[in-house]
Amino acid sequence: MAALVIADHDGAHLRDTTLKTIAAAQKLSGEIDLLVTGEGVAAVAAAASKVAGVRKVLTAESPELKAEIAEDIAAVVAQIAGGYEAIAFPATSSGKNAAPRVAALLDVSLLSDVMEVVDAHTFVRPIYAGNALETVQTSDAKIVMTVRTTAFAPVAAEGGSASVEAVAVPAAFPGARFISEEKVVSDRPELGSAKVVVSGGRALGSKEEFDAVLNPLAEKLGAAVGASRAAVDAGYAPNDYQVGQTGKVVAPQLYIAIGISGAIQHLAGMKDSKVIVAINKDPEAPIFGVADYGLVGDYKSIVPELMTALA
Amino acid sequence: MKILVPVKRVLDYNVKVRVKADQSGVDLANVKMSMNPFDEIAVEEAVRLKEKGVATEIVAVSIGPAQAKDTIITALTIGADRGILIQSDQDIEPLAVAKLLKAVVEAETPDLIIMGKQAIDGDNNATGQMLATLLNWPQATFASKVVIENGEAQVTREVDGGLQTLGVKLPCVITTDLRLNEPRYASLPNIMKAKKKPLETKSVADYGVDVAPRLKVVKVTEPPKRSAGIKVADAAELVSKLKTAGVL
Repeated sequence: MAALVIADHDGAHLRDTTLKTIAAAQKLSGEIDLLVTGEGVAAVAAAASKVAGVRKVLTAESPELKAEIAEDIAAVVAQIAGGYEAIAFPATSSGKNAAPRVAALLDVSLLSDVMEVVDAHTFVRPIYAGNALETVQTSDAKIVMTVRTTAFAPVAAEGGSASVEAVAVPAAFPGARFISEEKVVSDRPELGSAKVVVSGGRALGSKEEFDAVLNPLAEKLGAAVGASRAAVDAGYAPNDYQVGQTGKVVAPQLYIAIGISGAIQHLAGMKDSKVIVAINKDPEAPIFGVADYGLVGDYKSIVPELMTALA
Repeated sequence: MKILVPVKRVLDYNVKVRVKADQSGVDLANVKMSMNPFDEIAVEEAVRLKEKGVATEIVAVSIGPAQAKDTIITALTIGADRGILIQSDQDIEPLAVAKLLKAVVEAETPDLIIMGKQAIDGDNNATGQMLATLLNWPQATFASKVVIENGEAQVTREVDGGLQTLGVKLPCVITTDLRLNEPRYASLPNIMKAKKKPLETKSVADYGVDVAPRLKVVKVTEPPKRSAGIKVADAAELVSKLKTAGVL
């Protein structure tokens, strides 16, 4: 039987998280249908139909779906679930919001944050913020999963020629309404999906210093800015900058930790980064235990030198 | 208004996670256990709603071993009014937890459920959404701000790339994110008071819910180890190494 992948898009383009989720679903089925929910999604559906390996693109449109109301997304998915042996959401905030509802509607378990598909019933997922990996085998008849997209290589965005068809949208779920949204308008990438992350710790000493040191470097590297919990607790950075077990878990190509000692809490959130750089004046700081490249010294002199070396 | 707050006993977030040598799980023997941090935020939010006069009663419920009583006492110390422990030594999966909580909701008829967005052990991020679905209630997950007004919860949510505000009619399920509040410290008088608050112990069988596992844990392993790399002399050497590594 086929697998259904729920597309992640911004209203105009498919995000590459969609291509990575397809890659995960392909380990379960050769027949992949892509569901695009939203409103005015013709351009996204057209792009989706070109993705390599997609059999069919399904569209579902309503104002509630545009607002990513989980109740409504889940209702659309549950309605067509009968035709699929597996349903895969990217583990985005929207996917994490809706996927458990689909699982509950179908009375099956949710496989969260799948990072490896071992076979049709066996999956590897991180637990304890990635400090342990759990291999689980499900006895459920249908797979509902969210996919940790950083663990999969994207399928090709071109090469397919799938048909596009609209599916019926059930009546809107009563009792949930969209009020407003504030998306951060920034030239910088999002912390969760950035290729480069520059993070600051308590050693920065103040909010002003944190911004003055990290922002120009992030600008230069096209990086997102992160922070340790200690820096957030001290008020140097807002809470949504927090990288760690209770904050965001990131796995960029390059992670630069500045003035971060490397508490367990923090390491749990960044140790899957491809290359880790630590800048810290304490040569014994635990962060050096996970860093590929360590620079012992005062960030006050090192960061300006780094800016020059990058120029 | 009555608020139900489910709380879970988990490995304290500051404790190093050790995978058992036989790969059967994470070693929880003789280590510090605490309330799941997101649940602590949920209890705090409920208590603030009570302090504002919005809520009248807060019931904390936990499913777990006998020691989960301590987790409920933590909730009572923050300010919950009474507790229910559904005692079980089995590791119950999110769907079954949601089913048990649904049975608790049917008995307690709360107007609002506030709970952590995920427990930091299993990291499933599923129970709240599943519970809302089983109850056919609306949900507002990853909350960073909650305002209750005219029978509706206006909830600002942490979503990818920013914030979204939803209006969800009561009764509903709200799951908490980190920014919602900062839980208060336990004061000695409150700890003494908490010990006198009612705490009822139930069993899974009392609720007639099938909690048989659907998932079999094949093994739990340590993630690939990272070893310390090299120390570089200066920024120029660092940049050249990063270029060689292909990340710049």
